[in-house]
Amino acid sequence: MSKLIFNRRGILKVGAAGGVALAAPMHFVKGAFAEDMSCNMPTGDTVTLGFNVPQSGPYADEGADELRAYQLAVKHLNGEGDGGMMNTFTSKALKGNGILGKKVAYVTGDTQTKSDAARDSAKRMIEKEGAVMITGGSSSGVAVAVQGLCQEMGIIFMAGLTHSNDTTGKDKKRYGFRHFFNAYQSGVALGPVLKEEYGTDRRAYHLTADYTWGWTQEESIKNTTEALGWETVATVRTPVGAGDYSQYITPVLNSGADVLILNHYGKDMVNSLTQAIQFGLKDKQVNGKNFEIIVPLFSRLMAKGAGDNIKGILGTTNWNWSLDDDASQAFVKSFGAEYGAPPSQAAHTCYVQTLLYADACERAGTFFAPKVIEALEDFEFDGMGNGPTLYRGADHQCMKSALVVKGNENKQSEYDLLKVVKVVDRETLTYDPAIFGGDLGPSDAKKC
Amino acid sequence: MDAIIIQILNGLDKGAAYALIALGLTLVFGTLGVVNFAHGALFMLGAFCAVTFNKIITWPIQPPKAEGQLFAPPAKPWFEYAFGDLGASIINWSVPISILLAIPVMLLIGLAMERGLIRHFYKRAHADQILVTFGLAIVLQEIVKKFFGANPLPQNAPAMFNGTADIASWFGLTDMFIVYPWWRLIYFLFSLLVIGAVFAFLQFTTYGMVVRAGMRDRETVGLLGINIERRFTVVFGIASVVAGLAGVMYTPILPPDYHLGMDFLVLSFVVVVVGGMGSLPGAVLAGFLLGILQSFASMNEVKGILPGIDQIIIYLVAVTILLTMPRGLMGRKGVMED
Repeated sequence: MSKLIFNRRGILKVGAAGGVALAAPMHFVKGAFAEDMSCNMPTGDTVTLGFNVPQSGPYADEGADELRAYQLAVKHLNGEGDGGMMNTFTSKALKGNGILGKKVAYVTGDTQTKSDAARDSAKRMIEKEGAVMITGGSSSGVAVAVQGLCQEMGIIFMAGLTHSNDTTGKDKKRYGFRHFFNAYQSGVALGPVLKEEYGTDRRAYHLTADYTWGWTQEESIKNTTEALGWETVATVRTPVGAGDYSQYITPVLNSGADVLILNHYGKDMVNSLTQAIQFGLKDKQVNGKNFEIIVPLFSRLMAKGAGDNIKGILGTTNWNWSLDDDASQAFVKSFGAEYGAPPSQAAHTCYVQTLLYADACERAGTFFAPKVIEALEDFEFDGMGNGPTLYRGADHQCMKSALVVKGNENKQSEYDLLKVVKVVDRETLTYDPAIFGGDLGPSDAKKC
Repeated sequence: MDAIIIQILNGLDKGAAYALIALGLTLVFGTLGVVNFAHGALFMLGAFCAVTFNKIITWPIQPPKAEGQLFAPPAKPWFEYAFGDLGASIINWSVPISILLAIPVMLLIGLAMERGLIRHFYKRAHADQILVTFGLAIVLQEIVKKFFGANPLPQNAPAMFNGTADIASWFGLTDMFIVYPWWRLIYFLFSLLVIGAVFAFLQFTTYGMVVRAGMRDRETVGLLGINIERRFTVVFGIASVVAGLAGVMYTPILPPDYHLGMDFLVLSFVVVVVGGMGSLPGAVLAGFLLGILQSFASMNEVKGILPGIDQIIIYLVAVTILLTMPRGLMGRKGVMED
């Protein structure tokens, strides 16, 4: 019977041999191990997406429309329904069998249009419910906050409706992507139309919602109008959710301004526009010209809230259901058949973002976040309702067309609230990403 | 000068809404001793009486879709189909007419709220009252959101009150430009009428006299064999009606949504505290005073000197008044001091 002898030399020999034996396989599998490190990569038959939309608070109706769009996108990805824009999308990576063969499931969160609540719900969906991607929202403040969280946690964020330059400017993040256009592009799109409609000799008065989106929109529109030769009489900040704007509108009456620019969105815009019209601004003549009101960012849901007051008012929008290209019509038909009403621009951008994420995973062949980011960066596509589009790698902002619209004075249906005045092409709206600064940061995979 | 006069008008108009809400709030506090955080929700429910009435009479009759059309053409209100020009006129005047619906509805809601919930909290601490009424307010607004959605629902004033009144020309001030929306002037006059009616009711009727006596000394009035609690319940109903009427007439000024009450609640509480808890004239005075101050603080000239003053002026005035006059402008000794 052999005897086991424990001496110093023996232990060193066995230890060294064991170390080599254990380390050798790691040399061959280290790539696979790193890939496993990407947060919430699905291991079972399903992949879970996190839809973080305002389900309560002032943008709850817009959030409900976003959620409808997400549910439709999930249906289409899983091969149910008519496929919507998957039929017109130029990338043919999506097969209607989920994403990478895994059935798409989803969880939802309520942003309440509050940054803290939105971060909490996103965190819950990532940590407790295994969401591999977060998307949605109707506010730039929320988008910037959730995007920051997703960067920290290594989860891709496909922004919903957010229009501030900061989202893909000074606050841009490697893990954040925006399909929606921004305030700068609104200004560029509006400029020539304003010149044509109202001339170059105008005096503008701004009322601006006092938060990131309002500030950047004011700056962008001011730069545009001043470049046209317009004078800026005043820029007045108003608290978000002010309700009664009469005290901010009355100084406009005697200011010598002949244009009022409302840098407000949602309920704020409905209230400020309604009250501006009550104060007779639209019927007023100043400096020998008709007084005009401009709402740089429009949405159909907002237009509905403002009622007849919206008629004849100029603004911009990312997309409108009345567009007659094949992709838009395919989406409108699919959405209309499912819900009995046309989709809003918020619904459109959310639907598109979901398909774009799924498509990037398919093209990357993995859910591993850094690879999916690579697949999204500088991705060229078409067939999503905004013409040829580039997901620019430098700032993760989509370069595509946008619309100048006017409140419809002769609507053909209860949804026909905005009339497309001009489709502004991608080349016109493309700008140097360096003008807004910011740093995308690293794309390193993170542990959850 | 023009700007100052317009801001005074603005302040009076804004103050009218504050005063109407604060009046009901302080009436309930003065009689029942209840701090009712659901009072803003009553203002919102009043506004939704106008919305509901309008929805009923404008219920759409949908023309059929043409072949190949994806969405139906615009619908027409059934009242117009059924009653022609008369129907169109009623739709045009739907906001003032909906007062007729709001009065009984708000009275019933007020009575149900008081009998069903609030009376159980008379003898509880003010903190309990605040919690339960605040919870009730949230429940009410969520119910409204469920049925009407979260978007604001615009309501039109009668067409003859659209546009602005040239106030300068009324006074022969041809070198000035002072215009003000007709409906806001109507709202101001309406608020004076309602405030006057409430004061007249309390001052010149036997019922009101008993209520006032009860506000002073509930026990003695009870010892005289008068059921003061029943009268106070009616007062709660009246306060609900006042808040509701304020809400109905405010709909053309501010498109109502489910959150409307909360927007006004905090400011109205400040108004009540500044005016003096339980003091009716104090609530009215403070309402108009704070409305005017808020308007002036929003002037660009003022904000140029004190940036952001428009957002804190009301609270600044409240702190100053409470430091110098702890019972508020017209508060009575002994109220909220136990």
